[in-house]
Amino acid sequence: MSTTTTVEAPAQQTPSRPRRTTGSDDVRIGMRANLRHIGALARRNMLQIKADPESMFDAVLMPIIFILLFVYVFGGAMFGSGNQEAYVNYLVPGLMAMMGLNIAMAVGTGVNDDFKKGVMDRFRTMPIARSSVLIAKMVVEVGRMLVATTILLIMGFILGLSISTSVWGLLAAVGLSLAFGASLMWIFILLGLTMKTAQAVQGVAMLVLMPLQFGSSIFAKPTTMPGWLQSFTDYNPLSNLADAARGLMTGGPVAHSALMTLAWSVGITLVMAPLAVAKFRKRT
Amino acid sequence: MAAGTLVDMTRIDKKPMNSGAGVAAGTAVSVRGLVKHFGDTKALDGVDLDVREGTVLGVLGPNGAGKTTLVRCLSTLLVPDSGSATVAGFDVVKQPRQLRRTIGLTGQYASVDEKLSGRENLYMIGRLLDLSRKDARSRADELLERFSLTDAAKRPAMTYSGGMRRRLDLAASMIGHPAVLYLDEPTTGLDPRTRNEVWDEVRRMVAEGATVLLTTQYMEEAEQLASELTVIDHGKVIANGGVNELKAKVGGRTLQIRPTDPDQLGAMARAVTEAGLDAHFLYGHSAGTQVIPDEGVLNVPILSDEQLTAVVGLLGARGYGIAHIGTHLPSLDEVFLAITGQKTGAAQDTHRETEEVAA
Repeated sequence: MSTTTTVEAPAQQTPSRPRRTTGSDDVRIGMRANLRHIGALARRNMLQIKADPESMFDAVLMPIIFILLFVYVFGGAMFGSGNQEAYVNYLVPGLMAMMGLNIAMAVGTGVNDDFKKGVMDRFRTMPIARSSVLIAKMVVEVGRMLVATTILLIMGFILGLSISTSVWGLLAAVGLSLAFGASLMWIFILLGLTMKTAQAVQGVAMLVLMPLQFGSSIFAKPTTMPGWLQSFTDYNPLSNLADAARGLMTGGPVAHSALMTLAWSVGITLVMAPLAVAKFRKRT
Repeated sequence: MAAGTLVDMTRIDKKPMNSGAGVAAGTAVSVRGLVKHFGDTKALDGVDLDVREGTVLGVLGPNGAGKTTLVRCLSTLLVPDSGSATVAGFDVVKQPRQLRRTIGLTGQYASVDEKLSGRENLYMIGRLLDLSRKDARSRADELLERFSLTDAAKRPAMTYSGGMRRRLDLAASMIGHPAVLYLDEPTTGLDPRTRNEVWDEVRRMVAEGATVLLTTQYMEEAEQLASELTVIDHGKVIANGGVNELKAKVGGRTLQIRPTDPDQLGAMARAVTEAGLDAHFLYGHSAGTQVIPDEGVLNVPILSDEQLTAVVGLLGARGYGIAHIGTHLPSLDEVFLAITGQKTGAAQDTHRETEEVAA
């Protein structure tokens, strides 16, 4: 259908079609180029933090506030007053799981904000893999998660945390919680890309976060909970992660919970990452 | 205007990037029957257009005409529902990756990272375009210099003025030496001085060989920059052609007469009106002979050469002295109003072209 009027230069009448024999989009982006792009974009995210140091407040303050609150508010109730230190050993591995969840949630609101900006249009009109924008964001956010975890551990040690396994056990626990946190980011990225406003993302995220966090073995032993709740906590991946981290740091069974955590991480990533990238591709 | 003083040789060297890609000779952008719906709204309703290599095509239309949707389809941000479009020989749907290597986009909203400095923004884009660290740095500095942003290079873009931001945006679009540049309402919201700066830059890019698709709702902008125009409204092309072609097509001119004795203006106007020689309807408006005392001229709307002869003949026969006669083609505002039959409220007579006739 043509709505063109007759004032058209004769040279323009010939429609041009690409004469490429391949016809397909044959310019794949190589691994090295892809890494370079992710690097450049991660650098952008780092510079954003540098320009706005306040954006690190959550990663720095959250672990401090949470550990103090929980240890001194609930510690006495759970392990008897004066026995708060015993609770530290129980709580810190669980809080590691919680840090991951909270920072992953912040990625959702961040993505929602970020992707409203014109610069995203520029990225999407450039010859880069569209996933690189998301992966760069994740790389930096995992870095933030590591900062939060480190601060949490330092606070833990100050309050009496003792690692009864080994440094390797501790590192494995940190690695496991980062891996799980990274997989959660895909969920929140998808949420951030799907919902219209950052507030809506936050609202939905909180709705999911609260029951997941508290209906788990993070803060209290599920054996103290009613049966129906126990069966929920048993399937809650945050319980798996908290139990695995606890085992790796303070001894006890690890294999089942660690495997479950890894399975959840891989499963969530496999399902959510392609959805998030597809959403990013389509978002207008 | 300092156009051409600092010709960027690298751009010229890399220009034949699209050779062998199979573009019909000289056509950089070719759009056929492009359709895009948003729900029930037809944002694009079968758009056809062509942009010849090395020229500026002005896509003119009111708000909501579909200009931005068109640009977004052509820059792979939106997938059209039907129709086809090729840019530098690459299909927007089938070859988006190759296409992205050949285009630059400057939108209505600055697409730079506000928190990053000007230099960091340009460096990042250089790296994303696979320049080495060294090349990305030198290209960034080169463009900062060219767009007079060197002094502000280290400041975050959010501290830039509107004009600086737009210039940074243009610079960002230029890093990869794009063969085709989309400028989507590049001066919307800018003050006149900054607008002129942006215009100068666009002229310079074109002088260096870039092909530009410019969308605008300002007639003046189209007239200043574009050699050819496509007028769209409600997602359809309603007219296209050269600037003067379009003006001529609407028909009608304004005959401007400067009498030797300004005191006779009123009498001359009455004579023309009483003889019924002036047109009463022009460019979609009611019209009539007007006296402009400040300029000492008489404006007579006419539709034909015969009318011109008759008016001049009448005034001569009555013994009025005429010092100067000129005819004006309608301004693009008037053309646009005449074509769309829609009031934009922006009809300004500021940039008319004057054709000198015998004095």
